Amino acid sequence: MSDRILVDAKNTFCPGPLMELISNMKMAEVGDELELLSTDEGSAADIPEWVNKVGHEIVDSFTEEEVLHIVVKKIK
Amino acid sequence: MHILVVGGGMGGTILANNLARRLSGELEQGSSKITMLSASDKHMYQPGLLYVAVGKMSTSELYRDQKSLLEPSIDFHVDPVEKFDLDNNAVTTKSGKKISYDIICIATGSRGNAAGIPGLAENACQFYTEADALAMYKKLQKFEGGKVVVATGVPHKCPMSPLEITFFLIDYFKKRGIWDKVDLHYTYPIGRVHSLEPVAKWAAPEFDKEGVTYETLFNMKEVVPGKVISEEDSSAEFDLLVTVPPHKGMQVIEDNELGKGGFIPTDKKKLNMEGRDNVFVLGDTTNLPISKAGSTAHFEAEALGENIAALVQQGEPVRDYDGKVFCFIEAGDGKATYAMFDYNNPPNPQAPTSGLHWFKTAYNRMYWASARGII
Repeated sequence: MSDRILVDAKNTFCPGPLMELISNMKMAEVGDELELLSTDEGSAADIPEWVNKVGHEIVDSFTEEEVLHIVVKKIK
Repeated sequence: MHILVVGGGMGGTILANNLARRLSGELEQGSSKITMLSASDKHMYQPGLLYVAVGKMSTSELYRDQKSLLEPSIDFHVDPVEKFDLDNNAVTTKSGKKISYDIICIATGSRGNAAGIPGLAENACQFYTEADALAMYKKLQKFEGGKVVVATGVPHKCPMSPLEITFFLIDYFKKRGIWDKVDLHYTYPIGRVHSLEPVAKWAAPEFDKEGVTYETLFNMKEVVPGKVISEEDSSAEFDLLVTVPPHKGMQVIEDNELGKGGFIPTDKKKLNMEGRDNVFVLGDTTNLPISKAGSTAHFEAEALGENIAALVQQGEPVRDYDGKVFCFIEAGDGKATYAMFDYNNPPNPQAPTSGLHWFKTAYNRMYWASARGII
């Protein structure tokens, strides 16, 4: 597994955190972990919804200084 | 001080002209020089391709001679870069010339990558090159009705284009009198019909009003004749598939290993390549999580022009790029609106009006003045 890939989508509106995560997941290798940073209130719900629907894995999720961190592992 | 601008699209052109004006004294004295290297002697108005695809604009309106858009003091060459030697502040061009610089600005852009999804290029219409936009228009003209699907890949250039092409298709089919024979189905990668929530809240009821069906969380995995299959294990059958394809950065960026997917890691405020103080990146070439749009390149170019001129004249940059983006949204039926936002302020688009459509139509002509840096 390579180093964790940081996807900093704080304070961005378009394409937004989920689209940014999807773009980076496509470029990642199976087994890679991506850490998404988001200040979008909807991310806490819509990121896990997409990750679970596609079949990737949420490794960790926490909020630090009002920034949501979600760590996702690419499964397939 | 030699400033090298790589790429003659919107970002590179506005930046070079901006710098040429700010550094006119230094250029005249010979203490500074601006060189632009581009792959073409023509400059394309890329947003016009959307209009070409539905017969609203001719291809002759898309181009100007690149040199005619540039300040005369800019040393312009059609000789694209093939090798970047950033450690030694030099590039090698296609013709074999080695060019040294003090500051380099990389604005090579992005390109559609339908080939990245199996079956997409073979089975879908798209409009991100002149040839593709013309082919799409020809296919539309022969279409007599059936299931039409709009499917979008990520990342993509022009975040409004999935909505705009959908509204233009409605107009097109209505104008031809076959709208009642068309089932239009819109798909989108995230959980609403557009990445901007206020835009999505406006567009979904518009789709409902027109009878356009839609499916969200739909990311293309594969296309076979008559069917597009998503990563989310859904599918949509079609007689005509229109795609906003996923995009990549340019091959030369990938070949030189400057960034994954051809997108260069870039500081979101200073716009320098991460880890390098004399390498600046703008437009679609950055890996910034903001819209890949002409206006992004435009506002980045203005910030960089001010900063690079200040670097030359004072030794320090003077401002940050604030993430500003301004996008028109063609809403069909002769109306348009816009979305404007930056890193700190979300968009608040208003209801579409015919006045904004005509302003957008006028901007399609005024673009050339914008590229010259006049507006």
